[in-house]
Amino acid sequence: MEFLFNLISGISLGSIYAIIALGYTMVYGIAKMLNFAHGDVIMVGAYICFFATTRYGLNPLLGVLLSMVVCTMLGIIIERLAYKPLRQAPALAVLITAIGMSYFLQNSAQLLWSSSPKVFQSVVGKGSIKLFDGALSISFVTVVTILVCVIIMIALVTFVNKTRIGKSMRAVSEDKGAAQLMGINVNSTISLTFAIGSALAAIAGVLLCSAYPNLVPTTGAMPGIKAFTAAVFGGIGSIPGALIGGILLGIIEIFAKAYISTQLSDAIVFAVLIVVLLVKPTGLLGKKVSEKV
Amino acid sequence: MKMKKVIATAMVGFMAMGMLAGCGGGGAKDDAATAIKVGGTGPLTGGAAIYGLAVQRGAEIAVEEVNALGGVQFEFKMEDDAHDAEKAVNAYNALKDWGMQISLGSVTSTPGTATAAENDNDRIFALTPSASATTVTEGHDNVFQMCFADPNQGSASAQYIADQQLATKVGVIYKNDDVYSSGIYETFATRANELGLNIVSTTTFTTDSQNDFTVQLQDAKNAGADLLFLPMYYDAASLILSQANDMGYAPKFFGVDGMDGILTMEGFNAELAEGVMLLTPFSADADDERTKAFVAKYQELHGEVPNQFAADAYDCIYALYQACENAGATADMTAEELNDLMMKEFTSMTFDGLTGTGATWTAEGQVNKAPKGMVIQNGVYVGM
Repeated sequence: MEFLFNLISGISLGSIYAIIALGYTMVYGIAKMLNFAHGDVIMVGAYICFFATTRYGLNPLLGVLLSMVVCTMLGIIIERLAYKPLRQAPALAVLITAIGMSYFLQNSAQLLWSSSPKVFQSVVGKGSIKLFDGALSISFVTVVTILVCVIIMIALVTFVNKTRIGKSMRAVSEDKGAAQLMGINVNSTISLTFAIGSALAAIAGVLLCSAYPNLVPTTGAMPGIKAFTAAVFGGIGSIPGALIGGILLGIIEIFAKAYISTQLSDAIVFAVLIVVLLVKPTGLLGKKVSEKV
Repeated sequence: MKMKKVIATAMVGFMAMGMLAGCGGGGAKDDAATAIKVGGTGPLTGGAAIYGLAVQRGAEIAVEEVNALGGVQFEFKMEDDAHDAEKAVNAYNALKDWGMQISLGSVTSTPGTATAAENDNDRIFALTPSASATTVTEGHDNVFQMCFADPNQGSASAQYIADQQLATKVGVIYKNDDVYSSGIYETFATRANELGLNIVSTTTFTTDSQNDFTVQLQDAKNAGADLLFLPMYYDAASLILSQANDMGYAPKFFGVDGMDGILTMEGFNAELAEGVMLLTPFSADADDERTKAFVAKYQELHGEVPNQFAADAYDCIYALYQACENAGATADMTAEELNDLMMKEFTSMTFDGLTGTGATWTAEGQVNKAPKGMVIQNGVYVGM
């Protein structure tokens, strides 16, 4: 019974990592850049939804939509101002810019909304599915998060593989130069990727704070890093890999805490990551792309 | 090549700025010898900014009041250290350039440990409002604390739980990457052992894993803990309360001064904190005149209820005022002269403030004052 309880806790935590990892992996898969500000866009999304629902009493669903709209715009603006001018620059420059953007968002949030923690009201509603006469319970947030994860995953895979824009995204991901020569607008394709990634961040932010309701300007930072780890674990660039990596990471973290030591849990999580990467350097579902010379 | 040029220009710029800043500091000292310059470092940005800002605001209110009283005048300045030891030393040096004569040390413990060594070297007296680790005062004869030292909180809590016979089996969850939390835990555990309290479950978390507490709570529940001791700040504690509630686990919860602030979290469901006990030096709901006036003023200026950090800072300024008045300190004294006067005053005087009456200090710089046992009932603190 305790095993099942821990498994459910692990899946709850993992589903949150997974939904954040989806955004990371999608942007990386197409634009080939690590958007370290992703975790902070999540935080902004959560704040927008918090103010819409708690302060101004908006319907939770409208709150989520509003935060998606705001985050999409924010994503486009960030991309236009911070990343687009660096399109020809080395990858390292873009990475550093992303880290800078992450701090910029955190500090702006602190100026705008102060650093005092806010308690986010779950948009999903409190309550849980009880099993075995209430000995086990799965909260609605977890169920909704997993459902949303799967829906987003299927939608993204279909979008990337079946639509015309998806095709141009794949082309850009494979070879920017060649895609440009084939008449694909590389800039707008990458901007669109960011827009979608940021909309996903808004959903992730709302679900993150519904599950763990502490909202501060640094809320997105650590889950962002863990989700990045999950994305690497599952194979960065692979959309189903992000889901599997996220859930596995959550389960490993909780099991390490429950059966080995609460003190060492993070060390164990990252030790597992290192072992996986040693055995399979591209991550669980990552594809090995051979460079043609 | 071009890069080198840019860097060179930037360096020249910084050096020029440094020289200007140096001149500015020296000049100001001569002009404004009417007020004693009090400086402190604290996190005004970053994750711990809530504490630094509270201290800054609390101290500013007190400085304004004290200056209106006449007698010794203060000029107060706070520099940002972003809760980082290295930045704190830089901030401290900036304050020294400004002409700081008395220091409020640092707001948080890790930077506080670093600046305390500087205070000691430079012989600038420090009274920290809230850096509570023992490493802040240890070995530094001129660094004093307004807050309880961590060990005192831990042993006082264990004593209180045993005296009041609150529980037979105790569970503890603490934050093992935080010197505040682990410091309290260690003395709590030692004292609990001496008193025969039975600690049945001890689990930890870190900043990185500060969202899921189901494993820790399950462990305490399985061990049959009927009281859970939570030596941590209120942000983590609020998650523990809500997750325990979801699990249907309802032990008594016992917090420390970091728990203060939980009721003022925007959006927090106060029902979750019903019956939570804590030892704290300050309660914003206390009904004495001074606390009421301070809370009202703070709310008017900043739109929120002050926490204990603000109150500690407020008390620091009043304690310094009292010490300066007693010793006949004047603004034209050097930092070192003031340092000797303050050390003598603080080891002999008794101080009544918002965070406790009849406070005295040991020669090591730790404060003695009685913590108040509080319990949360119907969303307000009630004395136990």
